Amino acid sequence: MVERKIRVLVAKPGLDGHDRGAKVVARALRDAGMEVIYTGLRQTPEMIAEAALQEDVDVIGISILSGAHMALVPRILELMKANGQDDVLLFLGGIIPEDDISQLKEMGVSGVYGPGASTEDIVTQIRADVLERA
Amino acid sequence: MKLSQALLNQNRLALSRILTQVENNSESGRSALNELFPHTGKAHLIGITGAPGTGKSTLVNQLALYYRKEKDYRIAILAVDPSSPFTGGAVLGDRVRMRDLSGDPNIFIRSMASRGSLGGLAQSTVAMVQVFDAAKFDVILIETVGAGQAEVDIAKLAHTTLVVEAPGLGDDIQAIKAGIMEIADILVINKADRPGVENTERALKGMLELAHPTRRVFQHHGQRMVVEAPSKAEEQNPIWIPEVKRTIAKDGEGINELCETIERHLTFLREGGEWVTRERTQLQSTFDSLLRENLFTRFLDELSPDAYEKTLSKIMKREESPWGAVEKILNGRKV
Ligand SMILES: Nc1nc2c(ncn2[C@@H]2O[C@H](COP(=O)(O)OP(=O)(O)OP(=O)(O)O)[C@@H](O)[C@H]2O)c(=O)[nH]1
Ligand SMILES: [Mg+2]
Repeated sequence: MVERKIRVLVAKPGLDGHDRGAKVVARALRDAGMEVIYTGLRQTPEMIAEAALQEDVDVIGISILSGAHMALVPRILELMKANGQDDVLLFLGGIIPEDDISQLKEMGVSGVYGPGASTEDIVTQIRADVLERA
Repeated sequence: MKLSQALLNQNRLALSRILTQVENNSESGRSALNELFPHTGKAHLIGITGAPGTGKSTLVNQLALYYRKEKDYRIAILAVDPSSPFTGGAVLGDRVRMRDLSGDPNIFIRSMASRGSLGGLAQSTVAMVQVFDAAKFDVILIETVGAGQAEVDIAKLAHTTLVVEAPGLGDDIQAIKAGIMEIADILVINKADRPGVENTERALKGMLELAHPTRRVFQHHGQRMVVEAPSKAEEQNPIWIPEVKRTIAKDGEGINELCETIERHLTFLREGGEWVTRERTQLQSTFDSLLRENLFTRFLDELSPDAYEKTLSKIMKREESPWGAVEKILNGRKV
């Protein structure tokens, strides 16, 4: 029996140059046995959706520090849908104001993790979310 | 519509989904391979291997740009990275160097982890390449980290194998791994902007002169590899001597020359009959391993678990040897 691997795309959209958080999450997911496709800095929504399509991932994780989440997230979700990937989970890391979080979740974001979130919690949550979708 | 039909109609989601099914060796993956097989056998498979960090992904990015611009080829990239032996997880980071390629519908990049392939190339890698082949990509670039069996396996799978070296990794002959000459069709010295490039080149050329340019015969774990006798055409043009090429992949320098050499190698393969020989070796290897796997499973299914356990315990007590037991079981079986 081949165990089904969880594949996750980790991307860092926006123009700010910090991907430390994204890398920490990528490593934590790897250590939890997942396969993480790391795409690096300055990814446009188009690049993220394209990579997710080619990699057939179960989950997309993006790190946004620039405050542009309310512009980026709907665009990514829209592109994912156009690609037939609306069953793929999207989670967010970064500093997101409380008011926006509920809105983002309504749009379909599966989780929002602030700087205080532990990587264990993120891993556990992603596993649970993927199982629920399957 | 069936997924494999959608793939043949150039549907990218279908391609991506089939790649996953094939990677997981699922029932649906195997039936897709069966349906797609008649459409394979056309793509030029190029392997890019070498030590970590030598610039393989950067080079792949440049090769793809060249083929898009100069030839209008459709390009597939399969980037293989090792899985962690402890957790089974992996961080696949080759795409970071390939951002120039995004937004082009004629390029498809897929990352894969080596999973449990014990240092060699996963059987699923070979199968995923077949899926790309059926999807009508003209060139399939396969990046693997050069290490032991994986390197030999990539040379077996690819039509043209590039081994990527970089100056400063230790420039003497000993530092360059033995066996490289059996693997490389083209030796690339990347990072030619770095000091020490002359030393690396001298070392590689020295090894080339030492190497006996004989025909390659692949021996793989006692697998039978029939290599056909060279044809007439081959006798006239019998061998390919690996060429050494310098590149600066991060600036796109030396890429045209490298691609011309790849093109020459392709002509050599096609005109010399080597293409067919390799095709046969590769397909035979696939056929044999499937046969072995399936015969074993089927045989075990027929054998009662009880009889299996009994024989094993006899072997444990040294009442019977593994050799004798196998012969006895096989003889008792009506074929
Ligand atoms: N100086 C110099 N650096 C280069 C050149 N080509 C690539 N690099 C750099 O070398 C580093 C590694 O490049 P990659 O393309 O990721 O190397 P790789 O062999 O694919 O690495 P792995 O997949 O991790 O084994 C990057 O920082 C590149 O920018 C070059 O021609 N010259
Ligand atoms: Mg690489």
